[in-house]
Amino acid sequence: MIWVDTIVQGILLGGLYALFAAGLSLVFGIMRLVNLAHGDLIVMAAYVILVVVSFLGINPFLAAAIAMPLMFGFGWLLQRIVLNRVLGEDILPPLLVTFGLSIVLQNALLEGFTADSQRIGAGALETASFAVGPVTLGVMPVLTFLSAIAVIVGLNQLFYRTALGRAFRATSDDPVTASLMGIKPASVFATATGIAMIVVTIAALYLGMRANFDPTIGPARLIYAFEAVIIGGLGSLWGTLAGGIIIGVAQTVGAAINPEWQILAGHVAFLVVLLIKPRGLFPRAYD
Amino acid sequence: MNLLQVQGLTARYGDFQALYGVDLHLDAGEAIAIIGANGAGKTTLMRSISGVLRNAPEMITLDGAPMGAARADEMLMQGVAMVPEGRKLFPSLSVEENLLIGAHARKAAGYWTLRKVYDLFPILHEKRRQPATSLSGGQQQMVAIGRALMSNPRVLLCDEISLGLAPVVIRDIYAALPQIRDSGAAVIVVEQDIGQALKVADRVYCMMEGRVTLSGLPSELSREAIHDAYFGVSA
Repeated sequence: MIWVDTIVQGILLGGLYALFAAGLSLVFGIMRLVNLAHGDLIVMAAYVILVVVSFLGINPFLAAAIAMPLMFGFGWLLQRIVLNRVLGEDILPPLLVTFGLSIVLQNALLEGFTADSQRIGAGALETASFAVGPVTLGVMPVLTFLSAIAVIVGLNQLFYRTALGRAFRATSDDPVTASLMGIKPASVFATATGIAMIVVTIAALYLGMRANFDPTIGPARLIYAFEAVIIGGLGSLWGTLAGGIIIGVAQTVGAAINPEWQILAGHVAFLVVLLIKPRGLFPRAYD
Repeated sequence: MNLLQVQGLTARYGDFQALYGVDLHLDAGEAIAIIGANGAGKTTLMRSISGVLRNAPEMITLDGAPMGAARADEMLMQGVAMVPEGRKLFPSLSVEENLLIGAHARKAAGYWTLRKVYDLFPILHEKRRQPATSLSGGQQQMVAIGRALMSNPRVLLCDEISLGLAPVVIRDIYAALPQIRDSGAAVIVVEQDIGQALKVADRVYCMMEGRVTLSGLPSELSREAIHDAYFGVSA
């Protein structure tokens, strides 16, 4: 029975990793941009929520709702002013620029908030749980998982059911021809990054409520997110959820065997998937 | 005043000069054909007019307004739509989505709606849910034309729409041209197929090595003159 519990906890943990990864997957899917600052942007959003919570003294979920438009605006400007300039045939400039952005964000957060670890207090929610048969589920992990599903369903609806989503896909296919349709690729990309920052804010909410964070933890979140995206297959959002779950289950199973193996088991699962399916589990049909 | 005027248009790719002072004009409701061999500069001319390549403002005017430096999205908003060479459909989009995206930015009231495009090319209605790139070459060309029409353009640029298609398919596609002209759009057709071009156009421009070497009414141009202008040598 302990194994059922381990696997269920792993699946729920996968929801958190899928949240970390969804924004990365979205941006990569649309503009082939690997944002190495993604983890640091999650940490930054966690600090934004923390500041809103402590200044206004409100519930973290409300604070996240206030942080979302701020982060959207930040993402929009970041794309418009910085990242659009480095997009092109060569994939190296965006990697270098986002790597630099990662360092800038970490140091700015250190300056502003010190290296002390912080936490977004969620009150009774942090320890609440309920039993489903033999398994006891934490309310917070379940909420995280449901949020991940909601984010992915929402992004898929946006992608496949709206005119904006159509413009995203067209621009992703071929920006020059998209401009012949009157679409401005630069603003489509800015909007996409803005939306990715809304997802980042949701990820940051759970990151901050579930565990301590400090300015340096971004890159490790980036690695989990990156692995989830690669396992799932580049550009597939449901694949990203599957990738998150595979890492989550591998980590809890690894930890159940030996607590020291938790992180290692996640990375090993990533390598195994890459060995078997180098393009991920659900790759796009064309690229 | 001409609807579209190209004056002294030059274009270069790095060190290679593709156009040397091209002049042409297009009146409202008119159809002109641009013929020439591979490398004559026809596609470069289309890319310049559509705003994919940008030039000095005064080189291209639309209703007298200088538009040579406008971007492709700005040209579309002014009513210049292009059917690009090679069709360039969006593979992630279905047939219907490819058509709808033609009206994504420019929602001009006019003759063309999704329904009218399906009336023009009924096969597209049947295949509207399929990925656009799963269609045959001729059907994909119909999607590309329909997509450009969805913005109700004032000027429709058709770049090599018969390239790589079977003669019977080319005939079907050109059969749509009268209805497109009736809808009020002026048309520029770029063709390597001289016979096809002479049949549909009010006026013809022949290009060679980045210059217009001959222009006039199809009825006035002799085979020999076209041959010379096309190949640069007398037969």
